[in-house]
Amino acid sequence: MLERIEKARKAIAGACRKVDKPIQVMEVCGTHTVAIFRHGIRSLLPKNLKLLSGPGCPVCVTDQGYIDVILELAQRDDVILATYGDMMRVPGKAGSLESLHRSTIKVVLSTDDALTLAQKHPDKIVVFAAVGFETTTPPSAVAVADAAKEGVKNFCILSGHKLVVPAMQALLGAKNDKIDAFLCPGHVSVILGSDAYKPVVEQFKRPCVVAGFEAVQILEGLANICEQVAEGTARVDSIYGAAVTPQGNATARKIIAEAFEPCDGAWRGLGVIPGATLRLKEKYSRFDALKRFGMEEIPAEELGGCQCGRVLCGLIDPPQCPLFGRTCTPDAPIGPCMVSTEGACSAWYKYGK
Amino acid sequence: MEEKKKIMLAHGGGGRLMADLINRTIVPKFGEGQSVQLTDSAVLDMPAGKLCFTTDSFVVKPLFFNGGDIGKLAVCGTVNDLAVAGAKPVALSLSLILEEGLELEVLERILESIGRTAKNANVPIVTGDTKVVEKGSADSIFINTSGVGVRLDKADPSFARIEPGDAILINGTLGEHGMTIMSQREGLKFQTPLASDCACLHDLTGILYEELGSSVKFMRDPTRGGIAATLNEIAQSARVAVELQEACLPMDKTVQTAADMLGFDLLNIANEGKVLAVVAREDADKALTLWKNHPLGQKAAIIGTITEAADGPLVELVTKIGGRRMVQTPYGRELPRIC
Amino acid sequence: MCLAVPARIIEINVDKAVADAMGNRWNIRITLTPDIEVGDIVLIHAGYAITKVDEEEAQKTWELFEEIARFEDQRQKAQEGGGADA
Repeated sequence: MLERIEKARKAIAGACRKVDKPIQVMEVCGTHTVAIFRHGIRSLLPKNLKLLSGPGCPVCVTDQGYIDVILELAQRDDVILATYGDMMRVPGKAGSLESLHRSTIKVVLSTDDALTLAQKHPDKIVVFAAVGFETTTPPSAVAVADAAKEGVKNFCILSGHKLVVPAMQALLGAKNDKIDAFLCPGHVSVILGSDAYKPVVEQFKRPCVVAGFEAVQILEGLANICEQVAEGTARVDSIYGAAVTPQGNATARKIIAEAFEPCDGAWRGLGVIPGATLRLKEKYSRFDALKRFGMEEIPAEELGGCQCGRVLCGLIDPPQCPLFGRTCTPDAPIGPCMVSTEGACSAWYKYGK
Repeated sequence: MEEKKKIMLAHGGGGRLMADLINRTIVPKFGEGQSVQLTDSAVLDMPAGKLCFTTDSFVVKPLFFNGGDIGKLAVCGTVNDLAVAGAKPVALSLSLILEEGLELEVLERILESIGRTAKNANVPIVTGDTKVVEKGSADSIFINTSGVGVRLDKADPSFARIEPGDAILINGTLGEHGMTIMSQREGLKFQTPLASDCACLHDLTGILYEELGSSVKFMRDPTRGGIAATLNEIAQSARVAVELQEACLPMDKTVQTAADMLGFDLLNIANEGKVLAVVAREDADKALTLWKNHPLGQKAAIIGTITEAADGPLVELVTKIGGRRMVQTPYGRELPRIC
Repeated sequence: MCLAVPARIIEINVDKAVADAMGNRWNIRITLTPDIEVGDIVLIHAGYAITKVDEEEAQKTWELFEEIARFEDQRQKAQEGGGADA
């Protein structure tokens, strides 16, 4: 394994030498961000190869308006709020779920657990905070379908599910010439299939490479990207053959399409991205928390002054944001890059770069 | 079906019921030579030397878990606090705060475990107290133990003596206790062969202090917050940096896989039978051999080095692939993640 | 963005299954992977199998994967040698 790592490092170094300008690669996926951090990969890369931590941590890009609605629902006496652990510390205006200290806020590992809560507590309404990308959406769709089939009436979800590819296109569409390539998410690609990135490659001529999360896979993915950049080519490649096929998991996509449809929605720090958020279809509206509690839509919250969108895209470094280190810190984060412990701003704040 | 006997408020009321509880339920669990002296204070014959004195409170859910229970933890925890300070434990106190409605049978199981653990550790419980609080004012049972010990002649652990070049040892694999507890927590439940590493470490620490004397600079048991928290504390208190070698960290694959599934970093996960030792470089191999020959140290390893705090008192990990990264003090409560 | 780990399917009951990773066992759903069979290795995300893992490919890159595969082999051998299956 170490030999392969050495080989990948050499390939990266060789390709980066050929390109006499900085290469900026966005790792779209938050789990890649964590893996890159845990393996200490940044310290092994040439100086002109910069990794941009993309918008791929679903909780980090969950809009503050969404969190505020969740916080409001969580404080109702007739509600049990079920959430993945990731959401517990994401800040809204009135603190976070963790800071509410309510025993009716339950961390669950799967949507099945949330549905079970509803069956166990018929006198309460269980609201599931449904966040995440294409990997996490199918379980929400299954839960809603199960609830319909089994006649569970006291279960609903607040959909904050998001789509990866439209977000990548939006990032590039904003006349962004700072992102040279994408390291594409391993497990989202399990569902989508690597072919899903073809439109990005065709429209914007940027290499898209799917990789898994082992150090060797990340380095080989980066080597592939750097070689493409050096050659001036742009292809979709997948080096995650163990789990990713070009077509992906069609069953899972069908299950998503049964329950959800795309809509415009706000991303924390990025604003509204057209068609990049999912809402429940009309036939499942009785499981839609918004409708159940008589809310129109999730209000988009502006994070006054937050520059995360530009940090994400590599347009500025974190200290150039007026909020950085002043009103926005790891203990009181505002934007997604500070919310995520491995986010660009959080890392910069803690390690000085 | 016969109703199970439960703790009532009167059990803490100072009357007959309380005397019964103490004399019939609590004291007999501590066996011969372990008996609580039912006077206001225990009177001890102390060996000469420096007195070490520590206290710790124990709240854990579930009360019983693979490899231990709250009672065993309460004894081991306080014994270990004495042990790492270089003390030979002499005696423990035991205070119980019981919630009204706690089943007597549960209390008895916990007390038996306390008695057994104390006996095996050869540290008597010499005084104690029991209070009962209304239902809802406590969670089943809270335990406080305090301990006194006498510092071994050759032991002189101190942050001030830690210096660049010293080696860092651990006596075995990371995170067993924390992951075991996690596997039984509501909402996270999974089946696992994992067991808590909960153990009294005074024998293990004693060997090192006895054999290597002042070469042993410092020891601490990495409980809550795992080795990440303890090593950061060492770095900050001693104004040094720590360089850990990921490839040298003893990891159990079953623990590791469970942690991966929940998105935890084992560096942050609690241990209850592990101790980190900072030892002068020239005696590090000797220390390792001493530990490896002890039942509680078979998987011991030298996991890192103390270095100059050039960039501040930081803990850095050299990863298996030769990368470097910071190891931070964890936030405080690990939450499972899916993304 | 999505944490997923490999585990081997050891029991299937309609669209529910038990998956084992190094002795840790999770109850999961296989609704998204209807063609899964006992013995297959799957990736689990948020309590759901999201795909069958190609073992040959996995051996090449996955450090832990090798361990998981080996663990399972040893377990099987132990069971075969030990006779009765609990």
